Amino acid sequence: MNNNAFEPKIVAFLCNWCAYTGADLAGTSRIQYPPNVRIIRVMCSGSVDPTYVLKPLLDGVDGVLIGGCHPGDCHYQSGNYKARRRIIALKQILKSAGFDDDRVWLRWISASEGGRFAETVTKMTEFLKEKGPNPMRREWAV
Amino acid sequence: MKTVIPVENGDTLVAVRGFLKRLLEAGVVDAVLVPMETPAGAVTPALVSDSRLLDAANPLAPVMGLNAARVVGPVSIREPRGKIAAVLRPCELRALVELVKLKQASLDDMVTIGVDCLGTYDVPVYEVMRADDGVDVAAYLASAQSGELAPQDGYAFRDACQMCEKPHVSALSSGERLGGVEAVVTLELFGADLSAGIPVTLPDELAEKLGLTDPSPGPSPARRREIIEKVIAARTQVRDARFAEMDRRLEQEGIEGVFAACVRCHNCMTVCPICYCKTCLFKSPTFDHEPLQYMNWAHRKGAYRLPADTMLFHLTRLNHIVLSCVGCGMCTSACPAELPVGRVFRTIGQQVQAVFDYVPGGNVEEPLPLITFREDEWMEVGEE
Ligand code: SF4
Ligand code: SF4
Ligand code: FES
Repeated sequence: MNNNAFEPKIVAFLCNWCAYTGADLAGTSRIQYPPNVRIIRVMCSGSVDPTYVLKPLLDGVDGVLIGGCHPGDCHYQSGNYKARRRIIALKQILKSAGFDDDRVWLRWISASEGGRFAETVTKMTEFLKEKGPNPMRREWAV
Repeated sequence: MKTVIPVENGDTLVAVRGFLKRLLEAGVVDAVLVPMETPAGAVTPALVSDSRLLDAANPLAPVMGLNAARVVGPVSIREPRGKIAAVLRPCELRALVELVKLKQASLDDMVTIGVDCLGTYDVPVYEVMRADDGVDVAAYLASAQSGELAPQDGYAFRDACQMCEKPHVSALSSGERLGGVEAVVTLELFGADLSAGIPVTLPDELAEKLGLTDPSPGPSPARRREIIEKVIAARTQVRDARFAEMDRRLEQEGIEGVFAACVRCHNCMTVCPICYCKTCLFKSPTFDHEPLQYMNWAHRKGAYRLPADTMLFHLTRLNHIVLSCVGCGMCTSACPAELPVGRVFRTIGQQVQAVFDYVPGGNVEEPLPLITFREDEWMEVGEE
C-alpha cells in the first residue's frame, strides 16, 4: 500500500478537565492539526476502561490516544495515576498477546496546552502513516 | 506450634476427618467449609455444621471441579456469620487472598486450613478412574513422601497442576516460609509418611483447644524443603516450556489464532475465582448489536467472525483480572472447546505481573497493582 495515500484514523479519549479543554483551545486558537482524530470526551483519563481502547483497535482503527491532566492536576486527584498503571498493563498485554502496543498513546495535556494537543496529534498521525494501517482492519478472525 | 495428627491403621483420611470434627466439637469454629463426598462418591464443597457429617469430608480426594475460593467469598463476606474454617488447596488460598483484596471475601473469624497439593484430576477423568480402575489413594498419598508426583497410570493431572510451582503451604505462625501459600493451619504433606501421621502447624492456642499438645517436629524441615524444591523444579521446567510454546503461538497466530474455536460461552469466566462481577459487560445488552451493524462490519472487513467480540472478551478479561490470575486452570477445565485458556492467562499474566513486581495470592497487605500508585513512578509516561 502506498503510505502517502494512507490517512490513519485515530480515536482520542480526552478528559473533560484538561486534555479536552486543551483540544478545544487548539480549535478556538485556530492551531492547525491533522483531521485524522475523532475525539471522545470522558470525565477523566481514569475512567477509560481498557475495553474502550481495545474495541476500536480490534475493529481496525490505526491509533488510540488517551489524554489526561498532568500528574498532580487530575480533577479527581488520582485518576490519571491509575490510568497510567492501567495503560501500562494494557500495553504489556497487547504486546504479550501478539499485537503492536505502539498504536496506543497516553499523553498528559493541560487545559492551556492547545499547542501541545495539536503537536501530539500531528506526531501521532505522522508516526502511524510511517507505521502503516492497522492489520486488524482486514483481519476478519479477530 | 508444630505437631503431628496421629494416624491409626494407616488411615490418613480418618485422621483428617477427626481433626476437622474436633474443630467443631471444641467450639473453635461454627462450621467447616470442606470438600465432601456424596454417597455416590462425587466430591463437592459444603459448609458443614454437624460434626457427624464430616465422616464424608474428603479434602484429600485428588479431584478439583471448582476453585473453592469462589464459594468462600459469598459465605464469608458479611457479618454476622460466626466462625468458619475453610480447608483449601494452595491455588484456592491464593485466589482467596486476591478476593479479599478485591473486597469479595473476608478473613475475619476465619481459620484457613491449607493443605499441600499432590495434584488433581478433572472431574470427568476422576469419574472414569473411579468407574474403571478405582482411585489408588495409598499410592497418591505416598507420593507426598517421595515428591514423585505422578498421576495414576493411564490418566493425567489437570493441565494447571502439571505446571504448578506453588503446590505447598506455609503456616502464618511459623518462621520458615519456603515461599508457600500462607494459612492459619497447615497440613504439611510433603516429605511426610502420611500412613503414620500428618504434620501440622497451628497457633499454640488452637493446638491447646484441640488437645494437640504433643510438640513433635514431624519429618525434619530440611526433608520437607528438599521434597518441595524437587517438586518445584520439575513443575517449573514444564511451566517454562509451556510459556515458551505459548509465547511462540501468540506471536505467530495471535490471540485470534489461539482462541479461534472459542464459542464465547463464558464458562472460563464463570468458573474463574477472580472474575466476580455480578453483571459482566459481556453478558449485558451492550454487545447485542443491530443486524445492520454486523453487516457493516462484514462489509468493512470483508468477513466478520461470529460470535462477535470474542477476542475483545478475552482481551478485556485479561486486562481486568490477569494481574490476579493464580493459575488454578479452572478456565481450561471448563472450556468446552478444550482451549488452553489457563496457559494463555498464565503466560501473559507472568509478563504483566513482572512489570508491577506483583505476585498474586501472596500477601494480603500488598495492594492490587491497579488500585494503587505512586506519584513518582513511570514519570516519563505521558510526557513525550
Ligand atoms: S484466569 Fe483461569 S487460571 Fe487464572 S485465576 Fe481465573 S480460572 Fe484460574
Ligand atoms: S470456556 Fe472456552 S469456549 Fe467458552 S468462552 Fe472461555 S475460551 Fe471460549
Ligand atoms: S480529570 Fe483529567 S485526568 Fe482525571
